[in-house]
Amino acid sequence: MQTPSNSYDVLVIGGGHAGVEAACAAARMGVRTGLVSFDLDAIGAMSCNPAIGGLGKGHLVREVDALDGVIGRAADAGAIHYRMLNRSKGSAVWGPRVQADRKLFKAQVQRIVNSQSHLELIEGEAAALILKGGKAVGLELADGAQLHSQAVIVCTGTFLGGILYRGEERMEGGRIGENAAHRLAEQLRGADLPMARLKTGTPPRLDGRTIDWASLPEQASDADEWTMSALSQHRTNPQIFCAITRTTQKAHDAIRANLDRSPLFTGAIDAAGPRYCPSIEDKIHRFGDREGHQVFLEPEGLDTHYVYPNGISTSLPVDVQLEMLRAMPGLENVRMEVPGYAVEYDHIDPRALCADLQLRAIPGVYCAGQINGTTGYEEAAAQGLMAGLNSACAVLGKEPIPLNRSNSYIAVMIDDLTLQGVSEPYRMLTARAEYRLRLRANNASTRLTPLGIELGCIGKERLDWHVSRETLRSDIAAAFERTAPAKELNDAGLPVRRDGGDKPLSEWIRHDGIELDQLVPWLGDSFPADHSLAHEMAEDSQYAPYLARQEAELRDLRASEELALPADFPYVSVPGLSNEMIERLSSASPANLAAAGRVSGITPAALSALLVHARRWQKQNAA
Amino acid sequence: MQDTIFALSSGVPPAAIGIIRISGPKAGDALSELAGSGSEREFKPRRPSLAKLRNADGDVLDEALVLWFPGPETATGEDLAELHCHGGRAVIAAVELALADIAGLRRAEPGEFTRRAFANGRIDLAESEGLADLLSAETELQRSAAMAMAGGAFSHTVEQWRSKLLALSAEVESALDFSDEDDVSEMRSGFAADLRDFANALDSWLSRPQSSALREGYRVVLAGPPNAGKSTLFNALLDSEAAITSPTAGTTRDVIERSVALGGVPFTFVDTAGLRMETSDSIEAEGIARAQAQLDRADLVLWLGEEGKGPVNEGPTSAWELEVQCDDPAHISKSNPRAVLSAKTGEGMEAFKSALIAHAKHALPKPGEAALNARQHELVEGAHQALVNASSQSDPLLLAEELRNARLSFDRLIGRATTEDMLDSLFGRFCIGK
Repeated sequence: MQTPSNSYDVLVIGGGHAGVEAACAAARMGVRTGLVSFDLDAIGAMSCNPAIGGLGKGHLVREVDALDGVIGRAADAGAIHYRMLNRSKGSAVWGPRVQADRKLFKAQVQRIVNSQSHLELIEGEAAALILKGGKAVGLELADGAQLHSQAVIVCTGTFLGGILYRGEERMEGGRIGENAAHRLAEQLRGADLPMARLKTGTPPRLDGRTIDWASLPEQASDADEWTMSALSQHRTNPQIFCAITRTTQKAHDAIRANLDRSPLFTGAIDAAGPRYCPSIEDKIHRFGDREGHQVFLEPEGLDTHYVYPNGISTSLPVDVQLEMLRAMPGLENVRMEVPGYAVEYDHIDPRALCADLQLRAIPGVYCAGQINGTTGYEEAAAQGLMAGLNSACAVLGKEPIPLNRSNSYIAVMIDDLTLQGVSEPYRMLTARAEYRLRLRANNASTRLTPLGIELGCIGKERLDWHVSRETLRSDIAAAFERTAPAKELNDAGLPVRRDGGDKPLSEWIRHDGIELDQLVPWLGDSFPADHSLAHEMAEDSQYAPYLARQEAELRDLRASEELALPADFPYVSVPGLSNEMIERLSSASPANLAAAGRVSGITPAALSALLVHARRWQKQNAA
Repeated sequence: MQDTIFALSSGVPPAAIGIIRISGPKAGDALSELAGSGSEREFKPRRPSLAKLRNADGDVLDEALVLWFPGPETATGEDLAELHCHGGRAVIAAVELALADIAGLRRAEPGEFTRRAFANGRIDLAESEGLADLLSAETELQRSAAMAMAGGAFSHTVEQWRSKLLALSAEVESALDFSDEDDVSEMRSGFAADLRDFANALDSWLSRPQSSALREGYRVVLAGPPNAGKSTLFNALLDSEAAITSPTAGTTRDVIERSVALGGVPFTFVDTAGLRMETSDSIEAEGIARAQAQLDRADLVLWLGEEGKGPVNEGPTSAWELEVQCDDPAHISKSNPRAVLSAKTGEGMEAFKSALIAHAKHALPKPGEAALNARQHELVEGAHQALVNASSQSDPLLLAEELRNARLSFDRLIGRATTEDMLDSLFGRFCIGK
């Protein structure tokens, strides 16, 4: 008989970005949640680069925030530099990114975690899952304590078989690296889960006091007062600038002369690394003809002299790293605080997960973050959030939140992971979202907060914010419905033809060369032209013709989502599928025909075969 | 279990031979039952063998050549058997009856064999559309165009377009997702020109004649005042007495159209009511209205009336001036006729027909060239429009969206993201047994 204090609804292992979001999301849903971490002080640590957001990643941060998550608020609390990437392009691909002071970020995460009701922090090492009838029913700690729960969310980062590489050096590493963790790893391995190996890297850390800042071009923080979280009223910290330097031919020569000492080239690491974020030795090897590669020098905080040189992750030997650095402008006398290194680690093939991030092989176990083959805080946070919400829904017997590829990047990522698996560390890109015109970073609240309210994961502060914003929305919508004659616009110097007739302002805003500010005389005196919602709704009007065209496509998509493919669907019995396709479909176990079409390597002919046979199978099993 | 289907796959009996196809899991059983002569008999795959076909009572129905194709490497992707019987009506009927008596076997619905080939992943959508055309092809030109489509020539082209488009999309996507890293800069300067070149490549397909032109034939309308000799020429072209001719003006009150192949080219000839602008006869007035409608639909108008008085700008080419009834010394002569002929004596007819065939061939798909049907034309058109839009789009985000639209059109061409309705209407076109 267990004591009530050992009993939870949801247990989360790990206090990184995934674990924090998972634990807080489950707790916001009102289920009894425990977060197990071997070092409670380490909760909220930024283990790699001190930045949050970016292209695609910024969208994820805003979406997690829209569902009342932690990362956006913590990013604002730590932010010392704001930059909106891609500002010259359409707003759907703008990428909000901040650099954060590690200490301030972590302190904010801990504040949020500590004040979250229904959440208990448990210091200890997760040793093993407690399994009963093939299902997870709790967790055993290294000290022998037994915690019981209906769901366990594994957010342990790279703890599975992590090895650090630096030149000829090898170190066992990963987040936990203790014997106890190995038992958990053995359990997961023993469950016959498909595993694969990936690598990631980090650049050396520099002593900012030894950088000649004055000789380098600066990049200042954005002047306009945007924030990561919808709930952050304004920026709280002094803003610092970054500097830009470049690798030089001399630096390239140093790298080239020592490629044979890099574990990437000696064959020591053969796991796939990210193509889009290669190590500097990879860049030199593959794009050797380039004169130099840009390097951003990003201060790690307000009261530290550590500087993160973004763009030169490396696993070269220490002496070569220093030689390379000192060949770059502004770094002639730089001191290296910590050398860069590469990490090779095991991850679970995410096709072993259902769409709710639960392991098919061990019901009750959810996985989120780097263990699923992703890279980045934002990707981890978004998965953590979903694992937390989904496990809570399972406990409460609720339907999961209806996210799909046409309403969120979060769903795009989870769909990609669980259907296609990964061949390199998965990073969010806007190119992955086919409906990205509707998935803007700046309309995440509009898209997702109402769904969160419906589900019950939104706290009071955001709820109040949302209600007042919706009132404003109807005022703005009414103003956009006002009409204005072309003649008046033309008289005011706007680029429209005088004979253009009377049109609603929502149409005029689509015209090339007309900005929202210029329409204020017709929108009315009380129109909040500076409000982010006004801009968001103006963009809605601008994109409206494109979105209308997508409707037919979405209807087709929904139709093929209607045709369910159960987990035990016998792909082997569908004629016309090659062995490779059968293998891929069986591994990914797509939930419906639309999802099957997204499994890579499935040809149109194969898909139509699947359509017919799935329908027949459905009829037979209904009968 | 999936039904096993059968049907007569060759033409309507009586004929020299009649081929009955059986497809499905019980095709092998059916073959043994019919041709196994009581004891189990092995049929070698893909080897013809002679066998006596018997019904359940053991009566010999026919001696036939039988072929056994074990699945899935068959036309339908299932076990498949063919019975090459004698082509008499009674023989075919008896064999079909025997097959229908076997449990699990039933007669095929129209297009069901091809539908199964498609359902079993043996052919893609463009190929099945080609097959549908192939089966309804009546002329050499129709056959070779359909063959090109069914053989995957067009699918292959679309695949090439698709990979080209993917490469272009990748450029835009890298500008969108990696512009803040130095390895990728803004869109390169020649990009818009590449898009326009691509659009032009599609344009050359769009300007090709459509396959409907092949199915409906090159449409030639005979026009002229009453009694100008239209019906006589019409009959001569058709080599039959399709239209009633008489010397009384206004005999042809309605529009008559007949399809015929001349030199392997499909034609539809249309005989119109006499184009008299005033008539008291209400029936004839209606005929005149219909004649006008025919002129609007014509690929070519043959003008038999007074020179220069014919319809201008009707059809894609201007009307041909014909000098007809040249055997009659009282006929109207023309200063610059396209042909001088007499339908009655045949004088000038061969030269005229050759000119007509040469002209039509020019306007119809080239032999062996795949022609687009209306659905395919619309999709290529959509992709073309998207590429044109993209080439003038300055925001890479919207440019990328246009390219995505083009990609969707290509996907639909070969059957990705396709809807059931379209499949049903496609397979409904097949005759039974294909």
